[in-house]
Amino acid sequence: MIQFKNINKYFDKFHVLKNINLNFTENNIVALIGPNACGKTTLIKHLLGMVVANSGEILFNNKSIAKNWEYRNYIGYMPQIGRYPENMTVGQVIEMIEDLRSNTKQHLDKELYESYELKNILHKRMGTLSGGTRQKVSAYLAFLFSPQVLVLDEPTAGLDPLSALILKEKIKKEKENGKLVVITSHVLSELNDIVNEVVYMEEGTIIFEKSLEQLKADTGKLNLQEAIAHIMKEENLNY
Amino acid sequence: MKKLIKYVISDILRNKIVIAYTIFLLLFSFGLFLVEEIPEKSLMSLLTLNLTLVPLVSVMFSTIYIYNSSEFIELLAAQPIKRNQLWLSLFLGLSFALSIAFFIGCGIPILIFSANGIGISMLITGIILSIIFVSISLFSSVYIKDKTKGIGASLLIWLFFTILFDGLVLFLLFQLLDYPLEKLIVVLSILNPVDLVRIVSLLQMDISALMGATTAVFKKSFSGNIGSLVTYGILLLWIIIPFFISMRKFNKKDL
Repeated sequence: MIQFKNINKYFDKFHVLKNINLNFTENNIVALIGPNACGKTTLIKHLLGMVVANSGEILFNNKSIAKNWEYRNYIGYMPQIGRYPENMTVGQVIEMIEDLRSNTKQHLDKELYESYELKNILHKRMGTLSGGTRQKVSAYLAFLFSPQVLVLDEPTAGLDPLSALILKEKIKKEKENGKLVVITSHVLSELNDIVNEVVYMEEGTIIFEKSLEQLKADTGKLNLQEAIAHIMKEENLNY
Repeated sequence: MKKLIKYVISDILRNKIVIAYTIFLLLFSFGLFLVEEIPEKSLMSLLTLNLTLVPLVSVMFSTIYIYNSSEFIELLAAQPIKRNQLWLSLFLGLSFALSIAFFIGCGIPILIFSANGIGISMLITGIILSIIFVSISLFSSVYIKDKTKGIGASLLIWLFFTILFDGLVLFLLFQLLDYPLEKLIVVLSILNPVDLVRIVSLLQMDISALMGATTAVFKKSFSGNIGSLVTYGILLLWIIIPFFISMRKFNKKDL
């Protein structure tokens, strides 16, 4: 469904993404894991066309995304730090996005609206919201158009445990609907029971791309957290 | 696209600066017309405002607005919207808001007190100048990532066109006093939209006779039907060229 082909990206002289090749298929929850500043968010921004690669191409349903914008109808994006116009209210932002995407006849999924009780904060200005509340708005907007692909960048960072749980249940449910979900997160314990594929990045290169089962078998560990810790330790030994 | 422009405009109007600017222009122009008995004299004073304050407010407001909308731009860039359209909407929204502000602020007093050829041309050139400086601000804010530097650059561009440029031209004139420079001056004034508007307005007011020999060349080049067509054409180019360069850059920009 989504293919990254030989993506290279430089920020000035800094080589952020080094020859990235990836292949994501539907009906999967992919975890994108790696230490800070390894290029996870940059990779995700490439997929959304917010950052343009220096070389290589990205295919969405076998069509290049370069100079294309329609494909974004099929993506729901939840940014790491939701940045919204400060002096618009929550209601205005939601209305605007709904309005701008209203030409596509997608079913509106308002489940999170109910479970996050967004009704109570519609009149608040975006600038006054706490980080967690912004995340809730971002989550709602990402799932709203029931897109085929969900891209969630650190979705649970800043959310309280209950809200994080609601989001996790929602993610699982969407996977059952045959969707592709790409998640980056530092909280590995949280990913353990939802993901089935793991991509591990370090300093702009992909170290491995495996199914969770395979990873557990290879490392002899029982869960994702331990498996990744094991790999990171081994790498340190190698140096 | 229409929806986008609508959101940009409503966002700008929520900003009280544009409204304050409109009220200031309105009070200032009404004041000028009421104090002076001869409307032409007020128009002369209005021209000064037109050539300094209007570009300054346009360029500064737009530059700051673009930097402050980085969230808005980021949010919309992740939606199924063409980048071209996003940028064009920002440009049209800003141009529309500032033109309306100028129209209400200066246009209405002009239409009440001096609705003749000179007044109308002042109204049109004021709107064009506003849009030119919106276009220039998009240019500087897309190329410079840092907000403070970007605002500084816009301020410098304004300073260059309103003050420094004339100084340079004068300097050149005195250095090359012995040569026939009329054609050169005409070419130079094309390179500065503010000068171009100034010359056109002064020619319109028919006080150009006071300004010596070079004006004869100006009159030949800039007045008459073909002359004014060429002038407005050049002013339009001043809108289009910076905007298109900025749009090409924006399409490839990392957000």
